[in-house]
Amino acid sequence: MTITNQTAGQLAGMHATGTREIQVREAINECLRQEMELDENVIIMGEEIAGGAGRQDQGVEDAWGGPFRTTVGLIQQFGKERVLDTPLSEAAFIGAAIGASSTGLRAVAELMFVDFIGVCMDQLVNNAAKMRYMFGGQVKVPFTMMTRIGAGFGAAAQHSESYYSIFSHFPGLKGVVPSDAYTAKGLLAAAIRDDDPVVYFEHKGLYGSVGPVPEEPYVLPLGKARTVREGTDITLVGISKMTWVCTAAAEELAKEGISCEVIDLLSVSPIDYDHINESVLKTHRLVVVDEDTPICSMASEICSRVAEEVFDYLDAPPSRVTAPHTPVPYSRAMENEYMPNESRVKTTVRNLMNR
Amino acid sequence: MELDRESILKLFKTMATIRHFEERGIPETGQRGMSASVHSSAGQEAVATGVCANLTNEDYIGSTHRGHGHCIAKGVDPKLMMAELFGRATGPNKGKGGSMHISDMSKGMLGTNGVVGASIPLAVGAALTSKVKKLGRVAVAFFGDGASNQGVLHESMNLASVWKLPVIFCCENNGYAMSTPSEYALSTAHVADRAQGYDMPGITVDGMDVFAVYDAAAQAVARARAGDGPSLIECQTYRFYGHTVFDNPLTYRSKEEEDHWRARDPLKLFREAVLPQGDITAAELDQIEADAEALMEEAVKFADESPLPEPVELYDDVYVNYPRELLKRGVNMAV
Ligand SMILES: Cc1ncc(C[n+]2csc(CCOP(=O)(O)OP(=O)(O)O)c2C)c(N)n1
Ligand SMILES: [Mg+2]
Repeated sequence: MTITNQTAGQLAGMHATGTREIQVREAINECLRQEMELDENVIIMGEEIAGGAGRQDQGVEDAWGGPFRTTVGLIQQFGKERVLDTPLSEAAFIGAAIGASSTGLRAVAELMFVDFIGVCMDQLVNNAAKMRYMFGGQVKVPFTMMTRIGAGFGAAAQHSESYYSIFSHFPGLKGVVPSDAYTAKGLLAAAIRDDDPVVYFEHKGLYGSVGPVPEEPYVLPLGKARTVREGTDITLVGISKMTWVCTAAAEELAKEGISCEVIDLLSVSPIDYDHINESVLKTHRLVVVDEDTPICSMASEICSRVAEEVFDYLDAPPSRVTAPHTPVPYSRAMENEYMPNESRVKTTVRNLMNR
Repeated sequence: MELDRESILKLFKTMATIRHFEERGIPETGQRGMSASVHSSAGQEAVATGVCANLTNEDYIGSTHRGHGHCIAKGVDPKLMMAELFGRATGPNKGKGGSMHISDMSKGMLGTNGVVGASIPLAVGAALTSKVKKLGRVAVAFFGDGASNQGVLHESMNLASVWKLPVIFCCENNGYAMSTPSEYALSTAHVADRAQGYDMPGITVDGMDVFAVYDAAAQAVARARAGDGPSLIECQTYRFYGHTVFDNPLTYRSKEEEDHWRARDPLKLFREAVLPQGDITAAELDQIEADAEALMEEAVKFADESPLPEPVELYDDVYVNYPRELLKRGVNMAV
């Protein structure tokens, strides 16, 4: 099930008009285009952002339009001064995007897969996250890093991870995990317009997912979760694609008479603890479904916070369904077991209901 | 460098094996739904072959995402590689790694690698092992033109030079990093120009000519074994296909350019160089190709008949030593 646009519009605190059904991929593209139209300080850079760089004279333009075609057409509209293909040098261009953002531009940089974060992590952790603080508030760093997460494609350990939890650990960084076309557009706009550094996580398994999206620019609030299914027996918190694993499990569990409330986290920093607490006050049970590995994860953070703050209301221990504490295996025979799936969620819920 | 007849034939055999592995193995892998991470090295056979022909089984290589050729040239069994691509338990990585992580420590093959540039310092480290333990081995770091723009290459070249390590930096300049032309992304005309900054020899060779690559590598290996330190070799080559099977290269390069390089197919250049000398016959080379083709038939069969890993093998080899139960504690795994 997907969220209706009405709910979505209400959540955004706005009235949606001119809405059509588009893919996540298209929603991202539309957002980038609109934000670049609205603010000439917005630039975007990354590997294959246009593609075939430097060959305009040979009629090559936009050879790739992004590794997943999210940036297609931008270079034609905004030119190569604002849409920059980069050499394969993430430390340099992500660092440069942070530097540019602290000096008047509003730079968006793409890291092709989050697994590659190691080569440029210093720029995020020691520069983007800390500059404002260390410099006593003298600078703003309105920087957005777009990157990709998600297993399930037989892409093995260096192209499949879902490292969003680590970013929430660093004071100074924000992070969003959109789950459909509507949130993909609204949260990207929010990330770009925000004056702090934001990491935007696209799930590889969601690009083709279609949903209602308003034509005009709109912003969803950073740090706000949303309820995508109401229920009374147990709260399921999903992150990115896992939200849809939760709703699918909820649908099945409803047939067994178990009523699940499903919350789509949407933001890993700030975390909307209050929204989750409120739901748990009603359901008295919690399962967090997280595709990242479990130790020091978003799932453990949410479970521990709920245990601390609404312990007295709980009828069962806050629980986690996550990937195991291993890298992502290549062979499907193993990868299929690696990711949280409906059946693991259902088993966990049933166990908690029977306590 | 004088090569005997047998060594010359072996160069051809290695190149033919790589070519047939790519031409057969990649579509077969795709048919089994595992093509997300597979990159063909067809067109680049002369580089892996010419370099590795100078190495012993004990020497080391570090490889890239486009690493099937490096593996084969270093002696990894194509049957086992095919099994790895198919995600089978009989692969050298037991199905954990796939195309981008094939490794075989028994052959000094330190792994293909999915993070561009990441295997370069591993080769430097292997050279350090050789130096510290006085093993007399050399290490080769293979990397692409794209990777030559990663900071880690520059730090690794400096470190290897400062420590005079027996390592060869071998750049396969195939003109592109995905669709990004190297002439756009590189500040210098040649990757080899960068050697100057790190006080090591740097040369650019024709990477479609296996003999040219062999000679350049022979010099660099001799220098490394003599304790004189690292070298940089840039091999100008071309990938015949797209970055992966999903990419249509004609969106960023021309048919004429492809035809130009296809005409310089390393297997064809080999025939043109060797046959006029009269010592080796076309029939011999044809037979080698036929054998390579037959080997792939066997490899596909072997891989298909091999068992899949058990799902619980997911937990094997994360650590040497760690409480296994903690790998899945409290997260409600099904296995
Ligand atoms: C650190 C890092 N950044 C980006 C990528 C995505 N990527 C994979 S291969 C590739 C291009 C590599 O080009 P090159 O080094 O020339 O090797 P080639 O593919 O031409 O063999 C890119 C950008 C990656 N795997 N790792
Ligand atoms: Mg290249």
